[in-house]
Amino acid sequence: MSPTETTAAPRGRKLNLNALMVEGRALVALVIIVAVFSALSPNFLNPDNLILMTRHVALNAILAIGMLLVILNGGIDLSVGSSVGLSGVVAGYLLQGANVPGTDQVAYPPVWVVIIIALMVGCLVGWLNGVLVAYLNVAPFIATLGMLYVARGLALLITNGETFTRLSGDKELGNTGFLTVLASDPFGIPFPVWVMVVFALIFSVILNKTPFGRWLYATGGNERAAELSGVPIKRIKVTIYLLAGMCAATVGLLLTADLPAATPKGGELYELNAIAAVVIGGAALSGGRGTIRGTMIGAFVIGFLVDGLVLVGVSVFWQQVVKGAVIILAVAVDQIQQSIQKSRAIRTAAALPPTTDAPTEEMVGV
Amino acid sequence: MTDEPGTDGDVILRAVDIVQTYGVTRALKGVNFEVRRGKVTVLFGENGAGKSTLMKIMSGVEQPTSGHLELDGEVVELESTTHAVDLGISIIHQELNLCPNLNVRDNMFVGRELRTVRGSVDFAAERAVAREVMERLEGAIDPLTLVANLRLGQQQVVEIARALSTKARILIMDEPTSALSAAEVAVLFRVIRELTAQGVAIVYISHHLEEAIEIADYAVVFRDGELVASEDAANISPSWVISKMVGKEAEHDFSGHPREHGDVILELENLRVVDPNSGRVAVQDMNLQLKTGEIVCLYGPMGAGRTELLEALAGRQPIASGKVLLNGTDITGRSIKDRIATGIGLVPEDRQRDGLVQMMTVGKNLSLPSLLSFVKRAFVSRSSEAKDIDWAIKEVRVKTSGPGAPITSLSGGNQQKVVIGKMLMTKPQVLLLDEPTRGIDVGAKAEVFSLLFKAAESGLAVLYATSEIGEAMTSSHRVIVMNRGRVMREFDPLHAERDEVTAASDQLDPQALDSGVVQ
Repeated sequence: MSPTETTAAPRGRKLNLNALMVEGRALVALVIIVAVFSALSPNFLNPDNLILMTRHVALNAILAIGMLLVILNGGIDLSVGSSVGLSGVVAGYLLQGANVPGTDQVAYPPVWVVIIIALMVGCLVGWLNGVLVAYLNVAPFIATLGMLYVARGLALLITNGETFTRLSGDKELGNTGFLTVLASDPFGIPFPVWVMVVFALIFSVILNKTPFGRWLYATGGNERAAELSGVPIKRIKVTIYLLAGMCAATVGLLLTADLPAATPKGGELYELNAIAAVVIGGAALSGGRGTIRGTMIGAFVIGFLVDGLVLVGVSVFWQQVVKGAVIILAVAVDQIQQSIQKSRAIRTAAALPPTTDAPTEEMVGV
Repeated sequence: MTDEPGTDGDVILRAVDIVQTYGVTRALKGVNFEVRRGKVTVLFGENGAGKSTLMKIMSGVEQPTSGHLELDGEVVELESTTHAVDLGISIIHQELNLCPNLNVRDNMFVGRELRTVRGSVDFAAERAVAREVMERLEGAIDPLTLVANLRLGQQQVVEIARALSTKARILIMDEPTSALSAAEVAVLFRVIRELTAQGVAIVYISHHLEEAIEIADYAVVFRDGELVASEDAANISPSWVISKMVGKEAEHDFSGHPREHGDVILELENLRVVDPNSGRVAVQDMNLQLKTGEIVCLYGPMGAGRTELLEALAGRQPIASGKVLLNGTDITGRSIKDRIATGIGLVPEDRQRDGLVQMMTVGKNLSLPSLLSFVKRAFVSRSSEAKDIDWAIKEVRVKTSGPGAPITSLSGGNQQKVVIGKMLMTKPQVLLLDEPTRGIDVGAKAEVFSLLFKAAESGLAVLYATSEIGEAMTSSHRVIVMNRGRVMREFDPLHAERDEVTAASDQLDPQALDSGVVQ
């Protein structure tokens, strides 16, 4: 499904090898993690444990899919963790019964309405991000950093800092089913895992088969060239942030059902795990490079690593150190690979004039 | 400049039997090359002939597979560009390497700042050196000017100043004039002459034949990784250079091409374009009609408003007032996407910055603007996309191993053909091209125009901008001379002399100044 392996040609195959190497790195990391932890703990490869770990992976993976879209464009979305909290809280609020403004009546919307409203909240946050970035030219980092606080603050305002726990609904009110569906295990596999699989498939198709997908890669690769080719770059930006918000709201719903509780603190720092998964999966933060498959592998690397460390009894403090080191290692290896590729490209294209020189690099240190 | 003893004409740097191989490709096949003190040695050759590779070796960017360099008669191994600079060899790349956010002085000393005793940067000393170097260059550029505020030609002077402040004895210039106006080229040549008088050796690469011959003392020609000819500049002519470069005479002249034009397809009515950053009027109330099958050239110096006009027509720059009609449809306020769909597209001047997505393959670059036409039920149909890509590769004759090849694997000329091909794939009625032959070799230039003329025969209207008079005169049906955002005059290249046309572009229209073109 990699975007680079679609056109079959002698030179194309060579490029695939490179793409495979980038993803291969994440895959190697995953194999090592599985090997080490299954050696240290007999329980690691136990089916129940695998399902449990995958359930944890699923939430981050769904978030990472949305993050991948934004990163492919060369942007970043720091607000998704807060969107997780906000949409979860909105769902919890509606399930407990929402006061109809101006009256003393309480509304109990059916579960499907709750889900749609919660998703729309996520989309709205994302859409705002997109408008800020695309039309007001606010840097993505700043726009979504601001939204991180705004959304979290709103979540706290709605709950007044409390946690909603009455989520099962009432038969007489006709709003049951939230927990029984979202926290169910169809065919023995947790519901979030199914959602992850469906999302991965859908977005993989979108990225590889639709004009939108191609446009997204093009805008991330060279926005000016894409614009002159008639690519609607602003609309694409708004769309990807909206989709990232939608993914975040999905995670918010799944998390709320999983706990089961709607807490305004839900999803805190999730954005960082999502970014880590995307980056470990071989995506370039500068945009234009990255795949769903790589991102999924990245999410598994992070998830299995954290759960494995817990399983073998490594202290919480050391867990953080190891996790951070793995992220840095992954990106460092990526950079080394890229510079090798670059020098290779320079050689093959010896006729082209060199584009980088020492001064610009040294400016970074000044 | 240099205190070394020696007479002009002495060989200071010699490349001996240089072979450079990349995998199976042999970029240089045993080249012997000499650089002489106080002389300008010009390198000619098509892209991929090996010029750039040799320059990379001589400036320490790459080490040769075999062979060696001799500096002042002694064998040297250049380990890095810094090492080469230490030995007095500097290179100025085609793309300028300046930090626009820093001033001239800081750019000159970035990375090798002068220090005071206490270790802080000695700005006063840097400024003094910068002044001194600038005076040698007769460039009245204040060392404290922000580079972003300098014209391209002045930025080039800053690059040269930086090289000189490193006490360069050998200065390699790669396409130094590709972005300069005629007046700026004259300044550059004067600077080069001053440098050679001071004993600096210049190695000069250019695709502008006439210009390069003018400045040359010695000329060498590369072809397919070999040095095929070496001659005193007094004995050479453009046709000699071309014949050596391509192995045969290859002068192209399309001006006599059949010219049967149809109806008016593009119409500009009092078009005014304002630079959104500076508020300057870039194009002043322009009227123009373009007919189907017609190839029209916009000729003029830098800042004439050619680029702004083309970008405004393509939708990149806003149109301040006036109208653009394409086939009778008013497209004035439309998006780039809509304009491409209506049948007008731009091949930009800077293909790396505006033309190509470097991470994508040849095929995906080609199909990017026309992607929607391959959509069947929401998905891109691979088969119809591949079919059209193959058509385009054949139509514009891209030399590539296939549509799956990385775009960066192509030579400059072939990349340019891809940018043209991707716009042709949108089936345009009007094709706009900004400096379509910038930085590509002679053979590719002729190919680019031959495919434009071929497309014009089937009804395409072409509007292109150039600052090369030869190109304007040999490759168009009509030459429109612009200066300061105004149309100065119009010429039929069959019935006009080159001098007449260049003179028209230099002319200052007093009316234009009065009416406030420069605000």
